[in-house]
Amino acid sequence: MKSSLKAIAAATVLFAAVGTLSGCASSSTSGSSAHGKTTIVVAIDAGLKKPAQDAFNAQVKLFEKANPTITVKSREYTWTGTTFSAELAGGTLPDVFTIPFTDGRSLIEQKQVADISSLVKALPYASKFNPAVVKNGEDASGNIQAVPIAAYGQALHYNRTLFTKAGLDPDKPPTTWAEVRSDAKAIADKTGEAGYATMTQSNTGGWILTSAAYALGGRAETKSGKKFTATVDTKPFKKALTDLKTMRWTDDSMGGNFLYDWNGINQDFAAGKIGMYISGGGNYGSLVSQNAIKPADYGETVVPLEGKDAGALGGGTLAVVSAKADDAAKKASVKWIDFYYMSTLITKSDAVRDAKTQAASQQPVGAPQVPVFDQKTYKETQDWIKSYVNVPVDQMKPYVSQEFDQAIIPEPASQTQALYGALDPVVQAVLTDKNANVDQLLSQANTSIQQILDK
Amino acid sequence: MTTLENRPSTATPTRSAARRRTPVTWLRGGGLGNLVFLLPLLLVFGLFSWWPIIRAAVMSVQTTNLVTAPVFVGWANFSHVLHDPLLGTAIVNTIWFAVLALIFGYPLPLIMAVLMSEVRKAKGLYSALAYLPVVVPPVVSVLLWKFFYDGSATGVFNTILGWVGIPPQPWLQNAGTAMPSLVLEATWAAAGGTVIIYLAALLSVPPELYDAAEVDGASVWGKIWHVTLPQLRGILFVTLILQIIGTAQVFLEPYLFTGGGPNHATLTVLLLIYQYAFQNSTGGDYGSATALSIMLAVVLGILSVLYFRLTKRWSV
Repeated sequence: MKSSLKAIAAATVLFAAVGTLSGCASSSTSGSSAHGKTTIVVAIDAGLKKPAQDAFNAQVKLFEKANPTITVKSREYTWTGTTFSAELAGGTLPDVFTIPFTDGRSLIEQKQVADISSLVKALPYASKFNPAVVKNGEDASGNIQAVPIAAYGQALHYNRTLFTKAGLDPDKPPTTWAEVRSDAKAIADKTGEAGYATMTQSNTGGWILTSAAYALGGRAETKSGKKFTATVDTKPFKKALTDLKTMRWTDDSMGGNFLYDWNGINQDFAAGKIGMYISGGGNYGSLVSQNAIKPADYGETVVPLEGKDAGALGGGTLAVVSAKADDAAKKASVKWIDFYYMSTLITKSDAVRDAKTQAASQQPVGAPQVPVFDQKTYKETQDWIKSYVNVPVDQMKPYVSQEFDQAIIPEPASQTQALYGALDPVVQAVLTDKNANVDQLLSQANTSIQQILDK
Repeated sequence: MTTLENRPSTATPTRSAARRRTPVTWLRGGGLGNLVFLLPLLLVFGLFSWWPIIRAAVMSVQTTNLVTAPVFVGWANFSHVLHDPLLGTAIVNTIWFAVLALIFGYPLPLIMAVLMSEVRKAKGLYSALAYLPVVVPPVVSVLLWKFFYDGSATGVFNTILGWVGIPPQPWLQNAGTAMPSLVLEATWAAAGGTVIIYLAALLSVPPELYDAAEVDGASVWGKIWHVTLPQLRGILFVTLILQIIGTAQVFLEPYLFTGGGPNHATLTVLLLIYQYAFQNSTGGDYGSATALSIMLAVVLGILSVLYFRLTKRWSV
């Protein structure tokens, strides 16, 4: 009996210790309010170089100074199609995080992000958003539950050094798909590097194929009433895929890596292994802060448009708040979104302060974007920060001078990521199998996408 | 001689003693103390091992996004999985991985262990070298090998092949070579652990058996075939079943190297489960994912039982 009592006493001590530890853990979780202070965890891009981290930390300090009742902690986070869902299900997302336009409406409908519409409504610029942009973050009743912080159209990024080495004029990037092909071949032949490369993994293969098809006048799905119909088995998609097949197998101008995701292709492009690739127009920031690209190498132009209804596939980023956040955390989170992401787009003093901090940390200032508000506000902001702009503006001229002439086409509205995912193996097949049948692959993909849309 | 009449007389007191066990005797015998000490383990094991299994079983008959209330759908998830054309591809690929791993990965550690046991000098160095890949974190290994497998002419393996006049190989970038490339890395990464197990088992083989075989005029091969392998068969069975279970659950290599590509050439059953659950960023098909997990667990369970039944007599 005595031994039992001793055992119980020992176990009690053990449980007490475990309880204390878990108490410690819970005291540091986000959204907790102690002594009137609220702690929130906000997203910071994963893999940032030291100067970029310093710039972020400087912003945090400024925010905390302006809001003494809020403590900001950061957690590394970068949205990727195949990891986001795991983080969402596992409840490991920060209080404030970012998602692409494609995910906004679904997450809002499924109540997987917090409803911050009343807090956003109170912001002074709530009614000034570009309507085409803000609809990606609205619920069915038009309330803004996810804040658009950046928008872009797809662009063609190219390596000016490889262009020069291949005997091409870096100030005259390709303006047609035929020129993309011939320039890619010249780069591959003269430098031994990939003249043109494309992403193929984690839904990005479908994303870029869709971008190329939209630039040829295609659409991935159509809507009639409430029914969506898959339309990837069409001429623009066939032409885009056939071009890839020709570059890969006839011209041998696509190098040796056909399993790129967004990170991988950025890395190889920054390392000077890729002549051209398609990605978001504002990609230069990531290429600097995450991949340390040599600015002199970088060139950017618009994606060539050919055919009726051709346009640049659009996209963008929304800032959202975790569904787990309590009222105090929601309030603090919207304040952070306003401070960190939005005020720099609309308020002169904040835009200048942000540009100054970024420039002091050698971070890119002035990379081109599609206006989140209107074109006038965008140009005004660019004027405010003119003296801090440190991106190679001249090298982006082919893009900046034409971006507003191009129609920006929104991404497929229904099951976007699943649709892109279904096209990944199609792109992979064309790039890794010489005998791949483009028509057959697209026909099969169309059937499987239709099944996804009919779910 | 023990008589039949005597036997009940010895058994009866034991049974009656058992009958006399009351909560009080259990308490006095330290039962409560045992339970209290066992409780943390039961709690941790139950929480992190059995609770997820029960949750998975329940989820396999539901549609859920883990936020809103789940909906009971009966066998619909199982039906969806069984009608998915990718299931066949994933099963064939997993079997292909298992066969390749069995052909290359299973005998290699044994051969290495036997050779190393014969070495007289620097045995520790060889053991350390063999075990080194196991110490390297798997993700680091894969990133390293990704670098080796670079499909361009400047890739590490392709540069080496170039020295002997062989043209660059696509390695991961071709449906035909991708899976063998994964097996090669997996074998490199895992062989060290099995080598150490075999080395330890080899120490338990009585040396006099080798002496006797030598007296009988057995060659080196004869000694391995007639002494080493029969003496190691118990451990060989265990490593074989572990390897089969391990290869049926292969995930890390296809996920990190190829994401299941090119064109589903390395899509395995576990990767398909992952894709069901997580490919769609706005809400996974957790029902189908858990349904396939349960099917896989049942198949592996049946395989294990069958295997142990079939080899029971031989392995004792």
